[in-house]
Amino acid sequence: MARTLYDKLWDSHVVRQEEDGTCLLYIDRHLVHEVTSPQAFEGLRLAGRRAWRSNSVVAVPDHNTPTNHWDRGIEDPISKTQVETLDANIKEFGSLIYFPFKHANQGIIHVIAPENGATLPGMTVVCGDSHTATHGAFGALAHGIGTSEVEHVLATQTLVQKKSKAMLVKVEGTLGVGVTAKDVALAIIGKIGTAGGTGYCIEFAGPVIRALSMEGRMTVCNLAIEAGARAGIIGVDDTTVAYLQGRTHAPQGAQWEAAVEYWKTLHSDEGATFDAVVELQAADIEPQVTWGTSPEQVLAVGGRVPNPANETDPVRRASYERALQYMGLTADMPITDIAIDKVFIGSCTNSRIEDMRAAAAVAKGRKVSPSVKLALVVPGSGIVKRQAEAEGLDKIFIEAGFEWREPGCSMCLAMNADRLSPGERCASTSNRNFEGRQGPGGRTHLVSPAMAAAAAIAGHFVDIRSVAN
Amino acid sequence: MKPFTRLNGLVCPLDRANVDTDAIIPKQFLKSIKRSGFGPYLFDEWRYTNYGEPGMDCTNRPKNAGFVLNQARYQGASVLIARDNFGCGSSREHAPWAIEDYGFRVLIAPSFADIFFNNSYKNGLLPIVAPAETVDRLFKECEATEGYALDVDLEAQTVTTPTGFSFGFDITPHRKHCLLNGLDDIGLTLAHADEIRDFETRHKAAQPWLFSA
Repeated sequence: MARTLYDKLWDSHVVRQEEDGTCLLYIDRHLVHEVTSPQAFEGLRLAGRRAWRSNSVVAVPDHNTPTNHWDRGIEDPISKTQVETLDANIKEFGSLIYFPFKHANQGIIHVIAPENGATLPGMTVVCGDSHTATHGAFGALAHGIGTSEVEHVLATQTLVQKKSKAMLVKVEGTLGVGVTAKDVALAIIGKIGTAGGTGYCIEFAGPVIRALSMEGRMTVCNLAIEAGARAGIIGVDDTTVAYLQGRTHAPQGAQWEAAVEYWKTLHSDEGATFDAVVELQAADIEPQVTWGTSPEQVLAVGGRVPNPANETDPVRRASYERALQYMGLTADMPITDIAIDKVFIGSCTNSRIEDMRAAAAVAKGRKVSPSVKLALVVPGSGIVKRQAEAEGLDKIFIEAGFEWREPGCSMCLAMNADRLSPGERCASTSNRNFEGRQGPGGRTHLVSPAMAAAAAIAGHFVDIRSVAN
Repeated sequence: MKPFTRLNGLVCPLDRANVDTDAIIPKQFLKSIKRSGFGPYLFDEWRYTNYGEPGMDCTNRPKNAGFVLNQARYQGASVLIARDNFGCGSSREHAPWAIEDYGFRVLIAPSFADIFFNNSYKNGLLPIVAPAETVDRLFKECEATEGYALDVDLEAQTVTTPTGFSFGFDITPHRKHCLLNGLDDIGLTLAHADEIRDFETRHKAAQPWLFSA
């Protein structure tokens, strides 16, 4: 019978199945960061348990780490304790990879695992972090879990799971100039809504997805969770294999050959059926900007802020009114009239080398608008940072008036010192425009790296397609 | 984990859709390395008018009088009703920890985000999915009736209003068993340790590269 990629990944990891369909699913890769793991390790300790397979663990502190003045260490004492707790837990329970704070390869967990070849096709990947969906770009079944499940995976190498439904999201055609993976993902969320993928594993397919680089595919899968889907996956092809070849923890020699042969079976079979199918046309996708406090509140850059009076559904009308009030916007105003205070280029969504290049291409030879108080560029890892510096991107950013920082999650969720002040408005390449996400009272507009850089230069949103290169 | 069997509890109506886990418990409280003590900071940015810090004593913090949790009639509530997609966003289990620590045991909404829904069961919370019209009815009745309480019976899988209107809800047998008995999954799973080891041996033979150090 023709199977979906999700069927193949699921079937190959079922340890046992209960009558009601609840399964024990074997976990190949366990990614760990400092925020969602301390209580899990403490649980193991209290129960006198060890880690079942410590070489499945890849760990890094990323949420609390500062992005400047590394010589001063971590100045917030509570953040410092959390990071030191991870150091101690990894020392006690073990790992395959651990990059402590200030390690040359430290960075965001969802950036470092793929770039070190620790995310491989056919794997099950979990992390106490909703953006684990990112790793689905490799044809791996990857999703976020809670801390109780982190403890469960550490103790048993399995997860208690019920199979989700399968959704196919096909993006047909060819993307226009200036339209990126981020815009595709935001357009999908705009179409199906933030709960549209709830209960599904989404497979992204079609010529637009095939044409994306691995960086672009990671951006798309990363945002599957913002459409409500715990996992987003993309079938393996030559792009996947080429990305992995030679990476530190990717298989070598004869094992590489065997692995590639298997990986090439990791796609949905012809004729496989899905519980839901959604199609988008690339020609309809323009550069996107979110206007509200949910990622589904998104528009093409040429659009106008919606008018709640036009909404007939009372729950939706109330949420629009609330969003406009929180965001300090007027109904029907053009998106391009929205002036910004800060810019953030980074996060597990958009901090990879391709993102740095896209933003630098816009920044080159231009200056950040004097009305913009801070324009931050935070590479996703030490490896991304060094690559960008080797290409001279850091100089382009600095000359344009951006700050070039050390890697970490930074202002995506503002657990460190990088944050918005109340009322400040930010063009951000991150993933969530929730109330207070980037700082209490802060206002977030999600965009692609090129759109964020263009907004930094103009001081307000502009259509990247109107910015000459 | 505390077992859950049956509850007759006061209802608090949170009339919003897409309530995200950042709103349920803001990021600064995630720096804790403990599982307890999050209740005073539940919905911190909506509940208080000043900025909350971890460890802060909340008794004298200025409160947002308009927010439901601060209204006298909802004090002591143990059932929270909300609109679609409750618990979306971040996977932080601090969200159910905060909800449980505050005193809620039952959540009723037309839909929940997957990770939050799953995390809730691990902490003795019962999230109930009900049709949007039913939830709407609960909101209307709750707002009209001071002291509005629901009877939630997990064994029977029913929710009953003060006027006797009753509706059923779904829960997997596995989750129901764990919740009724206050069991955590790890002990149950480790009863199958031999099966996990057997699977691991076969998996390693098929894909040895997954196990290389």
